[in-house]
Amino acid sequence: MGTLNYRVVIFAFAFIFGVVFSIPSLTQSDSGKKITLGLDLQGGLHMLLSVKTEVALESKLKSIGTSVKYVLENDDIVFDDLKIDNDLVSFEVLDEDDIPKVDKLLAKDFKDIILTKKGSHYALSLSQKMAKETEKHAIDQAVDTIRTRLNMFGLAEPTVAKQGEDKILVEIPGVKTAQEEQRIRALIAKAAHLQMMAVDEDRANRVYSMTQAEAKSFGDIILPDVSEKDKKYLLSSIPILDGSMLTDAKVGYERKTNRPLVNFTLDSQGSKIFGDFTGKSVGKRMAVVLDDEVYTAPNIVQRIGGGRVQITGNFTPQEANDVAIALRSGSLLAPVQVEEKRSVGPSLGADNIKASSIALVVGFVLVIIFMVLYYGMAGVIANVALVANLFLLLAIMSLAGATLTLPGMAGIVLTVGMAVDANVIINERIRELLHEGSSITKAIEQGYNNAFTAIWDANVTTLIASVVLFAYGTGPIKGFALTMSIGILASMLTAILGTHGIYQWLLPKIDKNRLNYWFGIKQNKGAK
Amino acid sequence: MEVFKHNQPIIGFMSNAKKVGTFSILMIIASIVLIATKGLNYGIDFAGGTIVQVKYEGKAPIHKVREALSKVKSYEGATVTFFGSDSEIAIRTKSTTKSVDSDVSDKMRKILDGTGKFKVRGVDMVGPAVGDELRTQGLMAMVLSIIGILIYISFRFEWRFALASVMALIHDVTIATGALALTQIDVNLPILAAILTILGYSLNDTVIVFDRIRDGIRTIKSTNLGDVIDESVTRTLSRTTLTSLTTFFVVLTLYLFGGEALKGFSFTLLVGVVVGTYSSIFVASPILMWLNFSIEEFRANEAKKAKREKEKEKMRAMYEHGTM
Repeated sequence: MGTLNYRVVIFAFAFIFGVVFSIPSLTQSDSGKKITLGLDLQGGLHMLLSVKTEVALESKLKSIGTSVKYVLENDDIVFDDLKIDNDLVSFEVLDEDDIPKVDKLLAKDFKDIILTKKGSHYALSLSQKMAKETEKHAIDQAVDTIRTRLNMFGLAEPTVAKQGEDKILVEIPGVKTAQEEQRIRALIAKAAHLQMMAVDEDRANRVYSMTQAEAKSFGDIILPDVSEKDKKYLLSSIPILDGSMLTDAKVGYERKTNRPLVNFTLDSQGSKIFGDFTGKSVGKRMAVVLDDEVYTAPNIVQRIGGGRVQITGNFTPQEANDVAIALRSGSLLAPVQVEEKRSVGPSLGADNIKASSIALVVGFVLVIIFMVLYYGMAGVIANVALVANLFLLLAIMSLAGATLTLPGMAGIVLTVGMAVDANVIINERIRELLHEGSSITKAIEQGYNNAFTAIWDANVTTLIASVVLFAYGTGPIKGFALTMSIGILASMLTAILGTHGIYQWLLPKIDKNRLNYWFGIKQNKGAK
Repeated sequence: MEVFKHNQPIIGFMSNAKKVGTFSILMIIASIVLIATKGLNYGIDFAGGTIVQVKYEGKAPIHKVREALSKVKSYEGATVTFFGSDSEIAIRTKSTTKSVDSDVSDKMRKILDGTGKFKVRGVDMVGPAVGDELRTQGLMAMVLSIIGILIYISFRFEWRFALASVMALIHDVTIATGALALTQIDVNLPILAAILTILGYSLNDTVIVFDRIRDGIRTIKSTNLGDVIDESVTRTLSRTTLTSLTTFFVVLTLYLFGGEALKGFSFTLLVGVVVGTYSSIFVASPILMWLNFSIEEFRANEAKKAKREKEKEKMRAMYEHGTM
């Protein structure tokens, strides 16, 4: 063997590096950094959600309505006709002497709100800045809320991230069954909008003959019962308080029947409002409303302090658990909608792995056999570089914690076919020079020199296409571009530098009388 | 083993350029006509819609499934086809649902109830808005990579080389797209990736031939571009065919064994590899000739460049020696 040269040493290091760092991924061991399998390979749920921000704007108005009511009542101002209509919160102050006081209160507590006043009639609407902020907040809050819920649900490494301006990407690996998937989707979708609402006792007996529009004209709303489909309630549309004042929610069980229920606790402000309201409304009913369905509407027997409330309904333990999670994680300010969904069952993922692995192995073996048949030892050297290339590719992906998708697998298969290209070019150049009668040393050195610019330019152009694909691609396509790019870069090291080093190292061994064995070419005997 | 002999006689590619050119132009026209008349069959990634993949125990009762679906109004126009094997079907529909907690797969399970024992293995749903976005992004990617490559090749070679390679590339992509229109394969994101790969691959091939021509211009005495091209292309013929072969092998294994999900992708690549190889041998170089590429001019430019370099070096040397 010849002396070691820097090229072969670098190549050996790269090879060892590749093997060492791809071991965790290949053996799927628990320690060490490894490649994550994409959802299309391991199975899972991918969703792109959008947020119905118009609902967030509406509920923002509603909460303004609630505050207005609270602030005015607190100052003993008599008002009437408080309602929300056409993006406006409007009310009428009954005593004209109160007007300056109302003006002062509104100016103090309600910033970023457009106020229009006609005599004693007030109308409030959101400023553009406020509306924008509310929309952005709704999206950010949805991201946080969904993330919290999925974490509480105990799922392995879900991804929840904002994508672009107004979309939310949710990726959940390892969803096993359709039932589990459905439960997860229900948990994500649950608005968990909790409201305490007063029953409009003055008109309650007319609820079955009233239309929603009519109810609206009284500042009321008709909501159905959660378990009894025909039962309806007439409720004052501006709630007493809502879920934002909730601090905790837990599953409990009813003592007598052992039925699951959800207990929740209000914060101090909520407890105070709740206490004040129940104190004032003894004998009347108060409804606990979750996502526009009435769960209970008990009679208020006495003032309730301490801020402890419970929801009963016909829950299964699972449902009670999910409701508690949803309440604890807070409500979604606005409902989310699916824009894109890709769900891959675990068996389909396994099939994808199997099929693409077979393709990889078959393609790999074909290329290796071909190279040896066509180039002899030169082919073997190219194959060593190819193996090193694959290990290096896996190692880099492992260290970067990259995700391997199905198109990514295709990218690796393609790399196998294209990485030997450099060696084909080099070997052809070497053969040419040998035919022209160059010595082996000169043929190798000159061959590498001549081949270099072609390989370089060709790889750079392919790399440009892959990088653009990576920048503009989404999801699995990014995976394809990633494996292609890394494969190309790794091939520059293994196929150019590595094989060159091996040749230089083996040089003394290369017998100029056995060119067929070494380079797969017929000896032109008699020639120089 | 040697398939292409070293003393391989130079093949007269350029003298046949007209015939080959006519063939290429006919192929392109055919492709454009196919794309215009039959059109591309956009899959759900770009057109929006839903695909539900269902696997039955035993043979899938495809007629029963069609019947069950025909009773549901919102799935009008849904198509049901076998998918990979006869126990698996794919149901494609244009309709999408926005609701998170009750979606197409839940509904599908209900509809198919009673058609046999089955499992919903996968659901892909893309809303129309996302489809539009993906399409714009795809086009963007295509245009940007072409521009990037154009710039790179102009910088490394000369603008005529760049133009010729991009024309060869458009030739390849057009024919590959024509094949997609002909076969009516679902055009989805992986197909776009395949097209972009063809783009890179076709250029890769062309660049290697051009590199040899550039080399030939410097080393071959003749100033006749046709001769230089003939000799250079003949010299790279073995490499071009061999690399295409290895790539063709792996893409073919991908097509045969890679599973249903990669069928369209690998088919597109198969076409691309064949067309790309053909164009880098027969199409790119004649374009170079038709663009009135002049060897003398190129050599003069190269000489000028070399002279400038030398002068710079001389100045630097003088500066370093303190003679300036």
